[in-house]
Amino acid sequence: MVGGARGGGFFAVALAVAGRQVYKYFANPAFLAPALFPLFFFVAFAGGLTRVGDVPGFDYAAGYVAFQYVWALLQAVAMGGAFTGFSIAGDFENGFARRLMLAASNRQGIILGYTIASLVRATLTGALVTVIALLTGMPMSGGFDLFGLIGLAILVNVAATLFGAGVAMLLRTQQAGPVIRTPIFLVLFLAPVFVPLNLLSGWLEAIARLNPFTTILDAARGLLAGAPTNVLPAYAIGAALVAVFALWAVYALRRAEKTGA
Amino acid sequence: MAEKRAGIEVENLVREFRKGPRAVDGIDISVEPGEIYGFLGPNGAGKSTTVLVLTTLLPPTSGTARVAGYDVVKDGPKVRAAIGAALQEAALDPFLTGREHLNLQAALHGLGRKQRKRRGEELLERVGLEEAADRRVRGYSGGMKRRLDLALALVHEPRILFLDEPTTGLDPQSRSALWSEVSRLARDEGVTVFLTTQYLEEADVLADRVGIIDRGKIVAEGTPEKLKAEIGRPSVEATPAEGSGREAVARVLSRFGEEIAAQPGAVAVRLMGGAGDLADVVRALDSEDVRVTNLRLDEPSLDDVFLEKTGRSLEGEGAQEVKEAQV
Amino acid sequence: MSSSLLVQVTSLARRSTLRTMRQPAVVVSAILFPMMFFAINAYGLDAAASLPGFPADSYLDFAFAFPLIQAALFGAITAGADLARDIESGFFDRLSLTPMRPSALLLGMLAGVVALGLLQGVVFLAVGLLFGVDIKSGVAGMVVIVLLTVLVALGFGGIGAMLALRTGSVEAVESAFPLFFVSIFMSSINLPRDLIEADWFRWVATANPISYLVEGIRSLVITGWDAQALLLGFGFAFGIVALSIAGASAFLQTRVAR
Repeated sequence: MVGGARGGGFFAVALAVAGRQVYKYFANPAFLAPALFPLFFFVAFAGGLTRVGDVPGFDYAAGYVAFQYVWALLQAVAMGGAFTGFSIAGDFENGFARRLMLAASNRQGIILGYTIASLVRATLTGALVTVIALLTGMPMSGGFDLFGLIGLAILVNVAATLFGAGVAMLLRTQQAGPVIRTPIFLVLFLAPVFVPLNLLSGWLEAIARLNPFTTILDAARGLLAGAPTNVLPAYAIGAALVAVFALWAVYALRRAEKTGA
Repeated sequence: MAEKRAGIEVENLVREFRKGPRAVDGIDISVEPGEIYGFLGPNGAGKSTTVLVLTTLLPPTSGTARVAGYDVVKDGPKVRAAIGAALQEAALDPFLTGREHLNLQAALHGLGRKQRKRRGEELLERVGLEEAADRRVRGYSGGMKRRLDLALALVHEPRILFLDEPTTGLDPQSRSALWSEVSRLARDEGVTVFLTTQYLEEADVLADRVGIIDRGKIVAEGTPEKLKAEIGRPSVEATPAEGSGREAVARVLSRFGEEIAAQPGAVAVRLMGGAGDLADVVRALDSEDVRVTNLRLDEPSLDDVFLEKTGRSLEGEGAQEVKEAQV
Repeated sequence: MSSSLLVQVTSLARRSTLRTMRQPAVVVSAILFPMMFFAINAYGLDAAASLPGFPADSYLDFAFAFPLIQAALFGAITAGADLARDIESGFFDRLSLTPMRPSALLLGMLAGVVALGLLQGVVFLAVGLLFGVDIKSGVAGMVVIVLLTVLVALGFGGIGAMLALRTGSVEAVESAFPLFFVSIFMSSINLPRDLIEADWFRWVATANPISYLVEGIRSLVITGWDAQALLLGFGFAFGIVALSIAGASAFLQTRVAR
């Protein structure tokens, strides 16, 4: 099953792990589950709160539906990362990870493998959210800076995946689930979800300003509306998150190795 | 009307599930009051289904079953009042203490407040859980859970006790403690016990009478002694020494009887001439210069009975399951 | 040797309450999560109060019904999952072998739901007041708010029991959670119905009974005593209670039929 690991190389291991994960997705349509809540929220917020776009000071050229779509998209890819964390935790609990650790000579390849699989899944869940957004009337306004938006989504997915992988490898039981999900959920919600940052007030504004995700969300919304703002800082933050959580995941892998998985 | 002292009468009992074959396929059982009846069979043979029917938790597809003199279908409440049951999963609430479990069970059985307390103390002592009584069940060991399960089944002083694989997964010590308590109940209090097990030893040690079930049908029934006597002949097992091939040993032994399943690397045959053949076996091995490291005479076991009746070995199957569970 | 229904119900209610209280994680998350959503929603949508025609002085007041309804949902799913776990583990079978009346089991479980709902209602009210929620109907209104919350919890609890008794599977009960969660959002919980722009959403919110539960509780906060909203709120709450408990009893009968 982990045939590529015979060579033992970093990429061989990664591809073998990714291959197995992706194969597992197609065996079970539940792999789209990370898109479930983002879609619910998208429908509830974009459908029910349209009038919020009329609040004085709310100026977003692409409209309220597009405003919510960006959040739903980033949420879907972030939750995709979290779900990868859940399945790593599951692999450790049922002993599959032990087999993996035995077979792979370059174990960091395992992390890359899960990350690749997570990206494949994020592509599909992201596409699902996008299709539904378009169906429910998201305007395809001009200046759609698609690639910039996709790039940010990829960074968010990879960062969330590495965070989740780290937690999963530290705890190595299904109980890692809430420990992965809750912080990701908080980061997503303690941001300008319903209205732009300038319309937030009080403690929520203070937290949202500190939340690195806010910059990414704002830049992504700007890109969609064809009015890019702070794209570079957003990419820098995204890349920094990926780097930090990569170290975190490698640290967790070391811990898992030490305790004998 | 029910006799005061009645056991279990089962006639042509069938239970089908929508999918798959008949779980219970026309069985007849008669258990005398005060008797310990061991229902022996591999996993999936129909033991638990039978217990569920007899405890009124599952209606039979056809046939009749009377427990304590009452029909399990028509007189459910009366049956339930007369029986106690410890079913396969030790079904306990991890967040309640042992004492709270007993208290709840006693309240549901209609015991008064004082009675509840007294009965609880008494049972906790009897199953050796006094010290753990106020700890939550979550922290109990497997053996403690089984003992609490037994205590709960005894709260209302039932005349008939159903135990579904009571010692599965227990360590030898807990197992023998449970065995002695069950024997005591039958001996001193005249409780009728219907016990399912996949362990030969358990049926052998504990049961007055054994029914062997396979694929929904009873293939043999009687006292363990009688069942083993039917097979009659003991077997001998030899482990070849280094230098003597397995074939050489098998060739010699095959003169004394039909080859049967043995430990890996060893050879076993059922002795046609009984235990008296053993000396001849030794002489034959010696004269052909076949050396063995181990030679053992085995009395027929219930496993041999099972093998004889079904063509498969119960122990072998059990061992295989354990292996699979570890993977 | 048959014990009275009262003893049975109190014993089982005691058990389900003990069980819940001994899992601090359950109690804390049943209180914390709705509170968190409330805080994020109330402050995140603060700007919506400046929409023309918005019925309340602040979005905080408007949003106060949200944690109460959500808490009722959390409680119901927990209780439903507990019941399903009892069925899965065989605990239900053990109880079925006693002379217990099946209805005692249902009543005991629902008593636990009511106890948790009461706790949640009181805690949220206290926290809400602390945050500066202004309840127009005053102290008497607060009592009615808790009452309606408990009734909603009971109704949702009945639905949880229905699911548990029908499926006998913890997973099935828990996977119904997103469905409930969504139906809360597909109501007038975030904006009053006349401020919902999309026609289809307004139609869904109008057809959704949860809108009326929300509006009943909300009217006591932002309006005072609004007979129509209260009548609709209590009407729907009683309706859900009656239907779900009738349904749960029917499924219970099938499960213990023998």
